[in-house]
Amino acid sequence: MSTKQMTGSEIIIQALKDQGVDVMFGLPGGVLLPLYDALFKQNGLHHTLVKHEQAAVHAAEGYARSTGKVGTVLVTSGPGATNTVTGLVDAMMDSVPLVCLTGQVPSSLIGNDAFQEADITGITRGITKHNYLVKDVNDLGRVLHEAYYVARTGRPGPVLVDIPKDVLLATGSYKAPGKNTVVEHRSYKPQVKGDTAAIKQAIELIKNAKRPIFYGGGGIVNSGDAACTLFNQLVKMTGIPCSLTLMGLGAFPGSDDQFLGMMGMHGTYEANMAMHDCDVMINIGARFDDRVTGRLDAFSPHSKKIHVDIDPSSINKNIVVDVPIIGDVAHVLEDMIKYWKADQAQIDTKALDKWWKQINQWRKKDSLKYTKSNKIIKPQYALERIRDLALETGKDTFYTTEVGQHQMWAAQHLCFEKPKRWMTSGGLGTMGYGFPAAMGVQTAHPDALVCCIAGDGSFQMNLQEIATLMDYRLPVKCFILNNQFLGMVRQWQEMFHGERYSESHIEGQPDFVKLAEAYGALGLRATSPGELDDVIRKAFESDLPTIVDIRVDAEENVFPMIPSGAAHNEIILGPEYTETSEDGGSLESGVLV
Amino acid sequence: MTNEDKDDILSHTVSVLVDNESGVLARVVGLFSGRGYNIDSLTVAEVNHVDNLSKITIVTSGTRQVIEQIKAQLDRLVPVRRVMDLTIDGPSVEREMALVKVAGEGEHRVEALRIADIFRARVVDSTNASFVFEVFGKAGKVDAFIKLMEPLGLVDVSRTGVVAISRGAQGL
Repeated sequence: MSTKQMTGSEIIIQALKDQGVDVMFGLPGGVLLPLYDALFKQNGLHHTLVKHEQAAVHAAEGYARSTGKVGTVLVTSGPGATNTVTGLVDAMMDSVPLVCLTGQVPSSLIGNDAFQEADITGITRGITKHNYLVKDVNDLGRVLHEAYYVARTGRPGPVLVDIPKDVLLATGSYKAPGKNTVVEHRSYKPQVKGDTAAIKQAIELIKNAKRPIFYGGGGIVNSGDAACTLFNQLVKMTGIPCSLTLMGLGAFPGSDDQFLGMMGMHGTYEANMAMHDCDVMINIGARFDDRVTGRLDAFSPHSKKIHVDIDPSSINKNIVVDVPIIGDVAHVLEDMIKYWKADQAQIDTKALDKWWKQINQWRKKDSLKYTKSNKIIKPQYALERIRDLALETGKDTFYTTEVGQHQMWAAQHLCFEKPKRWMTSGGLGTMGYGFPAAMGVQTAHPDALVCCIAGDGSFQMNLQEIATLMDYRLPVKCFILNNQFLGMVRQWQEMFHGERYSESHIEGQPDFVKLAEAYGALGLRATSPGELDDVIRKAFESDLPTIVDIRVDAEENVFPMIPSGAAHNEIILGPEYTETSEDGGSLESGVLV
Repeated sequence: MTNEDKDDILSHTVSVLVDNESGVLARVVGLFSGRGYNIDSLTVAEVNHVDNLSKITIVTSGTRQVIEQIKAQLDRLVPVRRVMDLTIDGPSVEREMALVKVAGEGEHRVEALRIADIFRARVVDSTNASFVFEVFGKAGKVDAFIKLMEPLGLVDVSRTGVVAISRGAQGL
């Protein structure tokens, strides 16, 4: 590869193009002016000007998670950089590949408390997969290529590159990466191939299992479409029941009979009971998060556990497993299927039939059931209508969510057939994630239907991005399930704090319809179930960004629920179950043991 | 991992070979404080000038599961090349050095010198009213020497922290 002389700014633009970046989300500032000048003089690299830097990171996350590519953020020094912190932690927790470029004050001023100086590499050291401060323009190209490589390989994550203004202005040499974009890194070498002996040991366990279950996570989606196909193949050929985590939704078709629904704190009854009672648990790309495991010492007490994860630090972190397999999901599953076939392995079908009978008993509870109303909009009903009417449009549909009750209802009631269609903040639980994330998704998929399911609390954390949606004519549909509460806080206060609703009622709420109109967007409102379909259709038909204020039942709670620190079989079902359960027994205070 | 010893607190010496780049020590230290791990001793110095490598020796403590986590988390840091647990990956030797200042006169001076002799500690500075000893050995030996100096006029201690290396022909 030939080496060229360019300014630091030109090197950045060239390196990003060489990395296949087509869009970045950012906001300029003093130290970045040379770079924005270079951006002005080129074509091919688009920049979306956000209104707040946190939104830039979430938008890049939405872009990354809906495409499988690395998202790119560009912000200035000081406050620009510090505003990205929440987004970077979010990306770190949910393994989202990002490169965040931050401007820095000139090298000579670093450490002098210069105007808009912040030690962003120090601040983000623990919340990025890796970060760099580039002090020599001749290192810039190499560091950028390395940053993209580190962000997207292994367990993906955010990488921050801090670039002082003098480096942007200096002239240095740039070397394009070869066709092979694998960087030979000195120390960073993620393991992708699983250990053969461990994979064979896993097959032995699965073969002899009486009550097996697949526990699939976001690692399947992150590994790529091939991993999802292989996962489907393995689930189908073994006939084993499959549950997914919040992050894994879409890795296996939601409508498939073998799918038990989501597991965990607000997962289905059948998924959680099956997780508790199984004898072999096959964890593919999930991390035994506390929202999944509940009380650790009561988590699936009788099972042998197989754990496939690309991150060795995920193994035995929360739960000690019997067969750890370190590697990329696609590689491991490919080998697993290969050895399964070579071995002519057979599942114990008699035991499996019995297991399915038990699961189908649990399924009959229909744990996502809620009481329908023709006076007041139940949030679950609103989601079902959004889901069904979106299906009618025939468009490829992507959903993002904010964080709280609406997020859990969305996970329960929307149905995901394909991976990369569901973007939610799982690990960090970032209110304010969904709306800008939808902006990133729509940027990547201009013709798709992109819906953000929001709460009235969360939406107000990044609502300024309506302006950005207008600027770029991104027709995101934002459905606010408006209960005038911080709903999940209210639910916990009702259940665990004696109905003392301390600071969870949102008094000063804007008129969301007028708010949308103030930005030139479309604002719609539904206050009764009868209006709902019309309003949703209008939203879908409009080519404007649309904010839909859906006034829902403020008292509705998310069920089922495994209270924090409880075991899976201590799952609480909704009020529909308190009187008599379907098998006739009475259920005191809705607690099933 | 058996259940009987899963809550026992163990002390492990971990050797970490890292690329000597800006901020690498902060990354390692930040990992320990951020995740609530203990650092009982930490030493760091460049060990290979050509390849720009440093070695960090950390003495840490925790349950077996925590120690395994510490090693996995260290290995996850991008500039970390290798992590070795010198406590369980094979036999190893460890050494520490301390400079120990003792001030006193008369009998105490004589006694301090006598004990220094037993510990093979050398006098590296001497005035009419004080000595500075250098003492080498395992951390426990250094502890013992310092303890014995306490009643004899111990006024100051500087310790290097533990450095350690595996026995035999293999390098890290």
